[in-house]
Amino acid sequence: MTSPIDGAALRSLTPSVLGILVRRGADFAAAEDAVQDALVEAVRVWPSDPPRDPKGWLVTAAWRKFLDATRANAARRRREDLVDEEPVPGPASSVDDTLQLYFLCAHPSLTPSSAVALTLRAVGGLTTRQIAQAYLVPEATMAQRISRAKRTVSGVRFDQPGDVATVLRVLYLVFNEGYSGDVDLAAEAVRLTRQLAAAIDHPEVAGLLALMLLHHARRAGRTAPDGSLVPLAEQDRGRWDTGVIAEGVEVLQAALARDRLGEFQAQAAIAALHADAPTAAETDWPQIVEWYDELAGLTDNPVVRLNRAVAVGEADGPRAGLAALAELDDSLPRYAAVAAYLRERDGDPVEAARLYVEAARKASNVAERDHLTRQAARLNARSTP
Amino acid sequence: MAKYLLLKHYRGAPSAVNDVPMDKWTPDEVTAHIQYMNDFAKRLEGTGEFVDGQALAPEGTFVRYDGEGRPPVTDGPFAETKDLIAGWMVIDVDSYERAVELAGELSAAPGANGEPIHEWLELRPFLTAHPNTTE
Repeated sequence: MTSPIDGAALRSLTPSVLGILVRRGADFAAAEDAVQDALVEAVRVWPSDPPRDPKGWLVTAAWRKFLDATRANAARRRREDLVDEEPVPGPASSVDDTLQLYFLCAHPSLTPSSAVALTLRAVGGLTTRQIAQAYLVPEATMAQRISRAKRTVSGVRFDQPGDVATVLRVLYLVFNEGYSGDVDLAAEAVRLTRQLAAAIDHPEVAGLLALMLLHHARRAGRTAPDGSLVPLAEQDRGRWDTGVIAEGVEVLQAALARDRLGEFQAQAAIAALHADAPTAAETDWPQIVEWYDELAGLTDNPVVRLNRAVAVGEADGPRAGLAALAELDDSLPRYAAVAAYLRERDGDPVEAARLYVEAARKASNVAERDHLTRQAARLNARSTP
Repeated sequence: MAKYLLLKHYRGAPSAVNDVPMDKWTPDEVTAHIQYMNDFAKRLEGTGEFVDGQALAPEGTFVRYDGEGRPPVTDGPFAETKDLIAGWMVIDVDSYERAVELAGELSAAPGANGEPIHEWLELRPFLTAHPNTTE
């Protein structure tokens, strides 16, 4: 009799098992390899022989793999002496271990792509092959990226406090990658952020978790069955996941109550106002504009001001939106797309069509380019007799 | 993290600084050039930035649909085609600046007299499949 394995549940044990090995004296890179090997063995063995204590099983298996690998390397006698003593785990809790692991994998000495890859493997427990497939690069390239990342952080002390902001940036990058192939990176980012939120009490961690949940909840409505984009106003709100929206709103409200506003909380507040509207027409645009004003005070990211122009256009009419847009640099990504939308609403379909063509040419992804091209085609078909 | 295509042209790019056709190089210079390209790809695999590299034969065929039940029409090769791709490399890097840096290094591949070719490479960003999840 075999039972299927809950992959996410298995992988959720990764950080604490890895933390225990490191506290027993294993160096991070070797411990990380050993935990990966133990996860692979668990997937093979558990369906026919499920353990009573999954975490204990993984610690034992990973420690054995670590000892095997270390002993196999005769040049590393010094470490062999160390592991023969089999020291007991240190006093730190697995919550602290988990947190330290996030800090290590998002260490400022790593490039963004290295931090992302290392986080997905060492914290997320994904295999190198899965990460390579998700990012559409050869497995050998991803293996090198990960081993370089491990070398880069090899000198970093495991118990050194880190910066939460760098961890959040890495998780945000993973979330924005969405999903391609069989690894759902957005779902994985939600899982990792949820795990982080359980390990540290921080309003921006909660803010990012809320933001992810509120976007993730609307995912089914965002694309048509053929993969084309559905604009927010045209989405079938019945396809939004109300349970996940409710959770996102709850996480956000608890964070906002702490009165330490940050960028992610403000973005989540905007997402919550969209998620909260029963129909597009009932969206509370004036309040969304207020949140964009808050957000603009927290970050100098020009994309915020671009999105604000859209919100102003909805709250106060397209003329007001165009006026807000006119203050911005027209080389911003999506500037032409926003201008096209506002021009059409202002009753200028010819100029809007021209701007949609320009926006399509500048789009950085296929789904958006196709959407913008269809908008241009729609307007051109209407204006030509 | 973004993917870029480095396109190498047989024809169609502006002239290189060290613009001597490959058949006028010495055999050792040809070997050194190929070695440089291989080492470059190997090094990028080591930095976790290599995705793909391929070379193309110079002569190709144009093909088009010719209607229901009829075989496709073929034509060419056209000796006068202005733009002719020689090959490409695909890289996955953290920034546009890094992509430019790497293209510059690849363009330094040695040619005649063992001197860098200073060949013009075309750098094209990939469109990703999906928009950012957070829009």
